[in-house]
Amino acid sequence: MINRECGVYQTTYEGDMALYPLPLARYSTLGVVAVLVLLPLALDSHAMSLVNLMLLASIGAIGLNILVGYTGQVSLGHGAFMMVGSYTAALVTLRLGAPFWVGLPAGGAMAALVGTFFGIPSLRIKGLYLAIATLAGQFIIEWSINHSTWISGGVQSTIFVPTPTFFGWEINSEYRRYSMVLPVAIVAYVAALNLVRSRVGRAFIAVRDRDVAAEIIGVDIFRYKLLAFAVSSFYAGMAGALWTYYLKIANYEHFTLATSVSYLAMIIIGGLGSVLGSVFGAVFITLLPIVLVYLVEGGAALLGFKYAAIADFLANLRLITFGGLIILFLAIEPEGLFRMWGNVKRYFRLWPYSY
Amino acid sequence: MAFFFDLFVNGLMIGSMYALVALGFVLIYKATSVVNFAQGELVMFGGYIAAALVSLYHLPLAVALPVLLGTMVGLGFVLERGVLRPMVGQAVISVVMVTIGLAQVFQGAAAMLWGAQTKNIPLPIPLEPYVIWEIYVSPINLLAALISGAFLVAFAWFFRRSRMGIAMRAVANDQQAAMAVGINVRLVFALSWAIAGLTAAIGGVMWGSMLGVDTQLALIGLKVFPAVILGGLDSVPGAVVGGLIIGGVESVAAGYVDPYVGGGTKDFLPYVLMILALMIRPYGFFGREIIERV
Repeated sequence: MINRECGVYQTTYEGDMALYPLPLARYSTLGVVAVLVLLPLALDSHAMSLVNLMLLASIGAIGLNILVGYTGQVSLGHGAFMMVGSYTAALVTLRLGAPFWVGLPAGGAMAALVGTFFGIPSLRIKGLYLAIATLAGQFIIEWSINHSTWISGGVQSTIFVPTPTFFGWEINSEYRRYSMVLPVAIVAYVAALNLVRSRVGRAFIAVRDRDVAAEIIGVDIFRYKLLAFAVSSFYAGMAGALWTYYLKIANYEHFTLATSVSYLAMIIIGGLGSVLGSVFGAVFITLLPIVLVYLVEGGAALLGFKYAAIADFLANLRLITFGGLIILFLAIEPEGLFRMWGNVKRYFRLWPYSY
Repeated sequence: MAFFFDLFVNGLMIGSMYALVALGFVLIYKATSVVNFAQGELVMFGGYIAAALVSLYHLPLAVALPVLLGTMVGLGFVLERGVLRPMVGQAVISVVMVTIGLAQVFQGAAAMLWGAQTKNIPLPIPLEPYVIWEIYVSPINLLAALISGAFLVAFAWFFRRSRMGIAMRAVANDQQAAMAVGINVRLVFALSWAIAGLTAAIGGVMWGSMLGVDTQLALIGLKVFPAVILGGLDSVPGAVVGGLIIGGVESVAAGYVDPYVGGGTKDFLPYVLMILALMIRPYGFFGREIIERV
């Protein structure tokens, strides 16, 4: 039951494509799900909020990885697509009184629409020109939402949303929010896993690896690029909508260029072209500032500084560590945490008789 | 009409400062095919060093300027050698993300070293605007435009006439051929980053004395993208023309449109222009037409 294969011995395509290549994978998946379901029993409210943030970030990161990691289209506009989802969810809730499980797909759908539109330049341009075009998309969406009172009405483009309910059950604590976020995250994760091993996913990978060759073997490049933009922004929109219901507020400041950059950092550090890697990256980037605070506060307490004196220092240190980690990962392990995880697994494949 | 010319002339002067920053950007792209998302942060860093030298350490301007230029040129060399050279031949996303990472490090480092509050770079020039044919011209804009103009002319000479400048153009044209005729390509790479550091230093002093130095100064870097896309990503004259167009257009548009939409046209219109340029003519006015279409 706990044995791993010691090489690639698949003889059928079905075996190669199976979701669980080994019994071990099935049991460990069950184990992870069990841990996730039982997690609220073990954690306090603060730790629970961290887990929620990680799950939210994971959904957005998986979406971005489908676009950047699998299809090879660089996007700097992910934050803006999340913003579209966030405001859509807020407006659907306020104006139509829709429950959150309607607002979520609505936010996703609207973001997919906008994302597909901003994906159209990918017809003519690619690589860094596309990166710059999506950068423009980020600014244009941000400005448009900010400057149309119909969308972002109220003071400072902020919309307050009432506490979401699930058939009368108020989602008003971290534990209850966990039960709202976790199912969405699991569905998003499994859907992405199934997408990337399907016909569509293989088309994405073909477009990434060599677009001309993909065109020649019959992949409709433009269609699949737009589809990648649509799927990716749908994820972004869902994540943005969940943010709205989680914080009970829609505010453009949560989805600026810095957000786009930090999602890119997640998938770079986690591993481009890997669904599990996106989750690793999301967890890493979410935990980074918190671990830094612990370390610096611990050090400051040892040396006898006051907290007020180190607050600025912390904010700057966060930026430096964040940027430095991106550079370090790209230089040393460009395939990210997912590759490191793979290395560990590979080591134990032949353990203890490796040669 | 006077209102229009007032906006337009001041916009052009701002545009010449965009052009100077864009020049550093284009140089790096031309020689090394790296799109430098940290150009704005380099400008900010230059501004910070200038402000620190003048206000914190009370150096006279005549001493501070050479120190600043030397530091920024050195920084350019170090960045090329330490961070960008290992990235040669990597995927676009990696190179883009490395410069974005650099940008974050600069933001944090500048604020950590010299504090986040806004600083001034006092320059010995009058504050009262000149009035020329009913057009108000602030001396600092004028000075900045003149200095930018002078540097743009100097760089034009450098690339046309000097041995090193011609070598840089050769590398930009074809790296292998340049190597074959004995040009030191590594030196050219390093030099293009050093020159980018130099333009960032000058840009930092001018933008810093105009807007005040804080981490917001780095936003200049984002305005460079519309300018270089309009002009052509790998064209030095294109950077100048693109910078001037963006400066002029955003100033005029802000003057006429801002009252109706509640501000912010400056942060919006350049990017619309850029998207249009990317859709219609992605290589810009003067860029090389080598963009692949799939």
